[in-house]
Amino acid sequence: MMTIAEKILARASGSGTLSPGDYVTAHIDLAMLPEMLGMIRRVLLKAGIDPASLRIWDTEKVVAVLDHYVPAASLEIAESQQQIREWMEKLHVKYYYDLFPGVCHQIVHEKGHVRPGELIVGADSHTTTYGALNAAATGIGASEMAFVMQTGKLWFMVPETIKFEINGKLPDCVYSKDVILYIAGKYSTDVAQYKAIEWTGPVVDALSMDARFTMSNMSVELGAKFGLFRADRKTIDYVRARTDKEFQPVEPDPGAVYAETYVINASALEPQVALPHGVGNAKGVSEVKDVPIDQAVIASCCHGRIEDLEIAANMLKGKKVHPKVRFWVGPASWEVYKEAMDKGILRTLLDAGVMIANPSCGFCTGIQGVLAAGERCIAATPRNFKGRMGSNDAEIFLASPATVTASAIKGRIADPREVL
Amino acid sequence: MDAIRGRARKFGENIDTDTITPAASLHLPMEEMKKHAFGPVAPGFYKTVQPGDIIVADNNFGCGSSREHATEVVKELGIRYIVCESMARIYMRNCVALGLYPILAKGVSRLFNEGDEIEIDFERAMVTNPKTGKAVPFKPLKGTPKEIFDGGGILPLLKKLIEEAPPGPGKPVTAP
Ligand code: SF4
Repeated sequence: MMTIAEKILARASGSGTLSPGDYVTAHIDLAMLPEMLGMIRRVLLKAGIDPASLRIWDTEKVVAVLDHYVPAASLEIAESQQQIREWMEKLHVKYYYDLFPGVCHQIVHEKGHVRPGELIVGADSHTTTYGALNAAATGIGASEMAFVMQTGKLWFMVPETIKFEINGKLPDCVYSKDVILYIAGKYSTDVAQYKAIEWTGPVVDALSMDARFTMSNMSVELGAKFGLFRADRKTIDYVRARTDKEFQPVEPDPGAVYAETYVINASALEPQVALPHGVGNAKGVSEVKDVPIDQAVIASCCHGRIEDLEIAANMLKGKKVHPKVRFWVGPASWEVYKEAMDKGILRTLLDAGVMIANPSCGFCTGIQGVLAAGERCIAATPRNFKGRMGSNDAEIFLASPATVTASAIKGRIADPREVL
Repeated sequence: MDAIRGRARKFGENIDTDTITPAASLHLPMEEMKKHAFGPVAPGFYKTVQPGDIIVADNNFGCGSSREHATEVVKELGIRYIVCESMARIYMRNCVALGLYPILAKGVSRLFNEGDEIEIDFERAMVTNPKTGKAVPFKPLKGTPKEIFDGGGILPLLKKLIEEAPPGPGKPVTAP
């Protein structure tokens, strides 16, 4: 009787029944290398290993993406990217996304590299995003990733699984981002520490794939190792449209054991805002009053998907961004960019006074659109740690794309229901 | 491995990777990066830390990003054991990968004051304050993570695998 995480680890390690606390060595189905590649090179050199002497264990199972510092804004970054390019060529990495990049956690599933039931590691904490596609996906550090690149194997401790059952129906203007911010605020950011989450309940079943990616992405903000969804029709359709390769979705056994089950009534939720400087400082938007903002952002691996851009465009039809607010929207990939263009979304956003950024991590992590001391930003991104977007004395508020858009229109943190 | 003793260096809860290695220090050479380690909560830590000291912390040590610098700098400061109530999972993995021993023990942070002697007994799997005699149990590493720690981290292991691998591109080698 096993949970999704236990079953995937059992399959990947060739074990029988596994229980929480067991250690296994498992075969990796996909290794995801973001721009952390620079750090991987550095640790190898420090350990006296020539990076070019590495041999990728299976070139079908490695994906690399230049995403964090694109386009290069300093000589230091340009040189690092140059070294990465040469290295990727030497290692014969087949799936290397350099031109037309995007945020890694969009590119990797958008290009069909993620399939249900797989065990995936990435050199980035938000690798949990692929849990939306029923994959046990998690972040690891640079040294371990170097080991995986060569061997295709890694040790794991089998985590306990906890279940979140989201009941009821999401009210107007309340989204999956609000659910997860609410959970972080109510149960704290270590509620799922070292655990696998299974997201369940009628609200979860009704969510689009884009909305599910947001939740599995932010599962790591609750401390989780995996943020898993079951595979349904939507999942299968999403994956089938992108790959011909075989896959086997994984269902939890009926008698699987959960360390804890949290039941949440979504019908009672209002839009949420996480106050500086932690995801766990979430409050209902009605409790956050009269906070003027300088910048608004919809971008990153958490948002910046087509549905997020559509929400902003629908709210902005016939309206204008507040003259004192810099509102930036960064599509998560060039595919999303093109789709937004075809649907007329970019036109609506531009006419309303929104500026469109290139797909990258830039706005989320203080590389583009940096904040000065005393400035406030409301962002549809996953983290609001102190100093993340620039000055230590700037403030970052996290919210859904709808709440960000409402705030950009009003010039202060605002409830999206105010501007409908 | 039997018991080891060292001096406890106390930290609170939610010590995140930005606190251990502030962003502005990440691009600095290691000798400089060390000077900033734990700066926001313990400025000048690098001056008082001695090889063999043991970190004793509360919940959620090492939360935040997957940046390995935050583990590397602790090792470079001469620390080999981190004892805490709980540790963020990527940080814990990075510890094992770099040859640091994560010791997770409920109730441990209340057992020690800054500078107390601390004893870690691997046979009995207990962390003890020899002065007060109070002790709490922990789960020792076993299996592959134990082997990795004993071998000084994952990169020496990788180095060996690469050196032993027959030449030729794309040829797989076997991990333990
Ligand atoms: S968008 Fe932000 S959180 Fe996501 S991978 Fe990039 S830097 Fe990390």
